[in-house]
Amino acid sequence: MADQRFAIAMSVMTLFWGIVGGVVPWFIPKGPNRGVIVTMLVLTAVCCYLFWLIAILAQLNPLFGPSLSTDIIWYLNLAWD
Amino acid sequence: MVFRSEEMCLAQLFLQSGSEYDCISELGELGLVEFRDLNPSVSSFQRRFVSEIKRCEEMERILGFLLREIQKAKIAVPQEDESPLAPPPRQVLEIMEQLQRLEMELSEVAKNKDKLQRNLLELTEYTHMLKITRSFIHSRSRHEALGPQYEEFPTMETDSATGSTGMQRLGAKLGFISGLIQRVKVEAFERMLWRVCKGYTILSYTEVDESLADLDTGEINKSVVFLISFWGDQIGHKVQKICDCYHCHLYPHPENDEERADVLDSLRTRIQDLNNVLHRTDDYLRQVLQKAAESAYAWVVQVKKMKAIYHILNLCSFDVTNKCLIAEVWCPVSDLANLRGALEKGSRKGDATVPSFVNRIPSSDTPPTLLRSNKFTTGFQSIVEAYGVGDYREVSPAPYTIITFPFLFAVMFGDLGHGMIMSLFALWMVLTEKNQKKKRSSNEIWMTFFHGRYIILMMGLFSIYTGLIYNDCFSKSLNIFGSGWSVKAMFTNQQWTNKTVQTNALLTLDPNVSRVFSGPYPFGIDPIWNLAVNRLSFLNSYKMKMSVIVGVIHMSFGVVLSVFNHFVYLLFLPELLFLICLFGYLVFMILYKWLAFSAHNSSQAPSILIHFINMFVMQGKDVTPLYPGQTGLQVFLLLIAVMCVPVLLLGKPLYLYWQQRGGKGLRRRRVINISCTVLQFDFADVLMHQAIHTIEYCLGCVSNTASYLRLWALSLAHAQLSEVLWAMVMRLGFKITTKVGVVFLVPVFGLFATLTVSILLVMEGLSAFLHALRLHWVEFQNKFYHGTGVKFLPFDFSQLPSVFEQDGLL
Repeated sequence: MADQRFAIAMSVMTLFWGIVGGVVPWFIPKGPNRGVIVTMLVLTAVCCYLFWLIAILAQLNPLFGPSLSTDIIWYLNLAWD
Repeated sequence: MVFRSEEMCLAQLFLQSGSEYDCISELGELGLVEFRDLNPSVSSFQRRFVSEIKRCEEMERILGFLLREIQKAKIAVPQEDESPLAPPPRQVLEIMEQLQRLEMELSEVAKNKDKLQRNLLELTEYTHMLKITRSFIHSRSRHEALGPQYEEFPTMETDSATGSTGMQRLGAKLGFISGLIQRVKVEAFERMLWRVCKGYTILSYTEVDESLADLDTGEINKSVVFLISFWGDQIGHKVQKICDCYHCHLYPHPENDEERADVLDSLRTRIQDLNNVLHRTDDYLRQVLQKAAESAYAWVVQVKKMKAIYHILNLCSFDVTNKCLIAEVWCPVSDLANLRGALEKGSRKGDATVPSFVNRIPSSDTPPTLLRSNKFTTGFQSIVEAYGVGDYREVSPAPYTIITFPFLFAVMFGDLGHGMIMSLFALWMVLTEKNQKKKRSSNEIWMTFFHGRYIILMMGLFSIYTGLIYNDCFSKSLNIFGSGWSVKAMFTNQQWTNKTVQTNALLTLDPNVSRVFSGPYPFGIDPIWNLAVNRLSFLNSYKMKMSVIVGVIHMSFGVVLSVFNHFVYLLFLPELLFLICLFGYLVFMILYKWLAFSAHNSSQAPSILIHFINMFVMQGKDVTPLYPGQTGLQVFLLLIAVMCVPVLLLGKPLYLYWQQRGGKGLRRRRVINISCTVLQFDFADVLMHQAIHTIEYCLGCVSNTASYLRLWALSLAHAQLSEVLWAMVMRLGFKITTKVGVVFLVPVFGLFATLTVSILLVMEGLSAFLHALRLHWVEFQNKFYHGTGVKFLPFDFSQLPSVFEQDGLL
């Protein structure tokens, strides 16, 4: 189930930024600004995807867990499943 | 396309002598070309069109005087949206005449008004004097009725020397001198009178209630009416001289009350008449100024354009044989057709028999750099140009800066709430930009923010995204997808019991226990870390590694861009290999550690830094390898990097040497600069430059990679400031549980909002802006950008500053 969540997240984000950076540039109409807009789309896709990827890879195999105070543990035990 | 600056060409314009004014006027309207000075050795007083420029300056002087008068009369000058064209020479004389007539009229009216006002002042002073001296005389006569009786004789004659009426008394004449003197001088006056006349004068004075304006200095000060009574002629002369010395305004003293009443009446009517005349003069002046104000704006623009055209005509050289003017211009190659069209239009307007034409000429000078930009890209272009204008045909970092600059800013700023506030502020500026441009505020700080509105908008939008990834919204986390960490699992697996919870203050979740950790949070940092005490241990490690990864990728991108710049383009390869073999390998190790090591073998998880240092020192025996074959691979990569250094050092000098010897060079499109450098080839010089470049690059790789750690540092600072603000300010408001607490929450929120905007948005925003800018200017641009070029400044009327706008007159 955990792997499923990870797989869904990975595929959704890759697909989304892939479309933004790889597919949408083909549909930008020809004009004086086409180059700038395409550059912007590709760079946005690369930067945002990279940033998200680093965040998720850093948490994939945690080496240690969070230390919580016991009040919070008591509350989380009740509230979160 | 703003990839690199546009191709420019040097062109010669042949302007027919009848139509050169109109042609240049057309070019000024379009703003296509930059003119070169063909008469650099001629001083500005010896140029051809000096008299026309002097005429324009005379007109500007009159316009300045006119605008100042209009401003004094508080009449608004209506400004049209469309600026009028430069007037043809025949219209110029008309405008000149109109302006001169206006100037004469205004100065005459002003002179008349001045005279009338002086007259009015004199009459007013006389009136005051008469009224006040009447009270003196009457009080004195009452006084005299009690005191010793003086024998009064009726008036004998008017003494012409003293100009005052006298009364015979005991053989000596009693004379009166009356007038006004300034309040500040009265005591000195009295003392002087006493010293000189030794008691033969009586001075009485009273202050005038109304303060009158002194017309010479324009000050408003209090005056004092005085009445001097004296005995004897000599005394009279002395008193007269003293009065002159103290600049008193003297008026004839009436003999008796009837005369006084007559004079008062006539004065009153005269003052009334004068006031009427003054009013009508004012009205007339206003009318004249109003009429002038209607065309003032058009005149200002026309004179400005005319002067600019004559300046440009001065730059051209006159070809006497061909009866035409030659101008040399830098023109973008893509605009040559427009240039031809403009010249044709100008020739038609000037009714020239032969049309003016353009001739493109080859040039060995470096053309100026032109990068076209629209209102969105101008902001980013200007922050690149603040570092330096690009060389001719050099790759411009501007189109990439549009995204990477806000992205690096957002990595350092990353907060969802603050990002939203920033985006909304920028959005407001963008949506109301038409109104703001019309207002033309003079506040520099506001104008700076306004010019950067698109930059701030992009920064805000990216900050929203990074805020979502960092899971930080006003220092609180959002739990949208459900955390990957489960506390319940620790209980169900009998790791913790109620007793352990009661006896311990802090407990750590163990990811080795089944179902405690169920996978990474799908979008961003898990919200449980916000509640954890060891939050920074995790976040610091994550952010530092993220900074290094982002930095190495940014720098590699810079090195790849240098392919298009360095004319020996293969040199980018040793630079790229050096960077990738060393720091790319570091990135690989970071990723490998993230993927290969998890909680169950966390005790063997190595320190990346130790491994990296061991790689350089080539010592790998004491530490267990990360993966099989690590030492071999590391030695291999190190060897490649070390071999890149001599290639980098000697590649370019050897290539140039080979080319000079007659070898076939690798052709590049930028042929112009190659021929220049080959001609002045000095092996030692080039070798030294390349050595400096090599050392700078290799050492720079290490220091620049470390420099990217500021991404971590600033984002940590921002997060901590945000948390402190919440804990110390907002939470205090929430902790109060009584009804008073609701009211107390209002000032607490006000304080929270003020501190958020001033400290977290303004201060941290400026700080992150500055650091992102530094990362671009130094770490990114020194891989490929020189920025030593000259900007293309076209001759454009709309770009010319107006003297009057600067003075605030328009």
